[in-house]
Amino acid sequence: MSLNMSLNTLLQHLTNGVSLGSLYALIAIGYTMVYGILRLINFAHGDIFMMATYFAFFSVATFALPWYLAFLVAIILTGLLGMTVERAAYRPLRNAPKISILISAIGVAYLLENLAIVVFGGRPKAFPAVDLFMDVVRIGDVAVQILTFVIPVVTLAILFILLYLINHTKTGIAMRAVARDHETASLMGIDVNRTISLTFGIGSILAAVGGIMWGLKFPQISPLMGVIPGLKCFIAAVLGGIGNITGAVIGGFILGIGEILLVAFFPALTGYRDAFAFILLILILLFKPTGIMGEKISEKV
Amino acid sequence: MKRKSNILTLISIIVLFLFLIYANRNFDAYQIRILNLCAIYTILGLSMNLINGFTGLFSLGHAGFMAVGAYTTALLTMTLAAKEQNFFMAPLVYPLNSIVWPFLPSLILGGLFAALIAYLVGAPVIKLRGDYLGIATLGFAEIIRVVFTNTQGITNGALGLKGIPNTTNIWWSFGIAAVTTIIMISLINSSYGRAMKAIREDEIAAQNMGIDLFKHKMMSLVIGAFFAGVGGGLLGNLLGTIDPLMFRFFLTFNILFIIVLGGMGSITGTVISAFIVTISMEVLRFLDEAIRIGPIYIKGVAGMRMVFFSVILIVVIIYYSQGLMGTREFSWNKLLGGNKKKPLAKGGTK
Repeated sequence: MSLNMSLNTLLQHLTNGVSLGSLYALIAIGYTMVYGILRLINFAHGDIFMMATYFAFFSVATFALPWYLAFLVAIILTGLLGMTVERAAYRPLRNAPKISILISAIGVAYLLENLAIVVFGGRPKAFPAVDLFMDVVRIGDVAVQILTFVIPVVTLAILFILLYLINHTKTGIAMRAVARDHETASLMGIDVNRTISLTFGIGSILAAVGGIMWGLKFPQISPLMGVIPGLKCFIAAVLGGIGNITGAVIGGFILGIGEILLVAFFPALTGYRDAFAFILLILILLFKPTGIMGEKISEKV
Repeated sequence: MKRKSNILTLISIIVLFLFLIYANRNFDAYQIRILNLCAIYTILGLSMNLINGFTGLFSLGHAGFMAVGAYTTALLTMTLAAKEQNFFMAPLVYPLNSIVWPFLPSLILGGLFAALIAYLVGAPVIKLRGDYLGIATLGFAEIIRVVFTNTQGITNGALGLKGIPNTTNIWWSFGIAAVTTIIMISLINSSYGRAMKAIREDEIAAQNMGIDLFKHKMMSLVIGAFFAGVGGGLLGNLLGTIDPLMFRFFLTFNILFIIVLGGMGSITGTVISAFIVTISMEVLRFLDEAIRIGPIYIKGVAGMRMVFFSVILIVVIIYYSQGLMGTREFSWNKLLGGNKKKPLAKGGTK
């Protein structure tokens, strides 16, 4: 194999890694925001991501909406779903022991998975293709789908909008205040419940965007498709420093690129691809538990 | 009073024993299998309750620990002929292909392996914030499936193991369930158990009282994993076949459901709810399958049963977070109307 060839292969793998990493990043942001504000691992997040792909699927397949409208509808529905889940399963437990709310989250995750099996059927469905994104462009000898460019661009655009929202708007200040301290924030006149609900809404919207692009890239959707990406993206959030949005994006990219390169360079380890993230998690927790961008959070007495 | 309740306990044990003899003779294979499952789920529920209920940790690795126990026990107890039949893709690795162990030492070794793995997974994570343990153990349970699917020469990969001797019978399952219950009760009432409960109530206060957090948390996790491994071993040798897909999150969910329903932190609650949940899982099977009641035909939908159970889980945790028993235990005194309380100094509740 000539040097040029292997460089091309490397580039091919890298572009794949970057687009997978962007998808992980979008889901990881949802985890990190919810963890930041509620100190809760939202186990249902991966399944909200799964529901988004089904919403998009049915908008296109059943209601025959054009793709941009269908995706918009799916994004809005997923945002509402996230807020409903928070309202129904997490808000009543705001003052309960932490383990109760974690169990509730597990219950919601399991409920969504099985509800999807009951309502949508257990058999995988083919996600509708959008021709615009499927075209292949050639750069030198590297053939790349347009989608592969679209995914990281969308992710970065969303990241910047989100950072602006959090750092420069009143809503963002409210979110940061609630993340610091619920009681003090409410004394300052912030509607804590509304802020938390909004956080879930935004997190779910990002999961929906991630889910739709995931469906375009890997066009097979099934009720259990959210489980493994969900776990991995939580790991990406921990890797970047939980509670930190930029960190979640960096973590997502590291995980996505690492995974693709692992499979590319050590094909014998392909079967262990899903295990890679968890080994990474154990290593991070051993050596730098606060993650790459994380601040040290000390336990309040 | 004390003597009276001892006698009552003895009588109920004898009644249970007689019932088991009766069941063993007269029940059909399906009913006996459900009874076995009840006992196995009791073991699994108790082991998870030790970790999640009594120590307040959040472990979701039970399916993984069970997988380790089940595979160890199965590989040690299978006959050489059965092993040869199973491993046609790749030969079984050396020490396993030439030994056949009796059931009990295999079970214990399976438990020990599960405990060792729990130690390796738990040690780096347990010092950190509690909920990381949930992700790490859940991740481990998924990894163990990935590993078992890929190690063709040891676990036979995705094909799974068939022809495991059906050694588990009512006496094994109920015997080990009884032993587990006794060990759990003595552990909970020992100084270690009180330290674990203190950690559950308030970690920082417990630490200030001189309790070694790491030691007690690890102890709880490792002992819990040991019994999960033993339970897994019993389950494998009850069903006769195992494969990696069996040990999905579904299994952990069932056990979590049992301890939440029974009351996190109650041994009797776990035992009662293990029986209720296991039996109702079977009874509600009709939700998944089509049934015909006279002229009415109801089309069952696969997955409906689990929708039902997850809704119940959420409702229980939100509205009846105490479950059936909360942290209380069953006692004859309460049942018979006596309200003599255990003094606080001896670990009684307010």
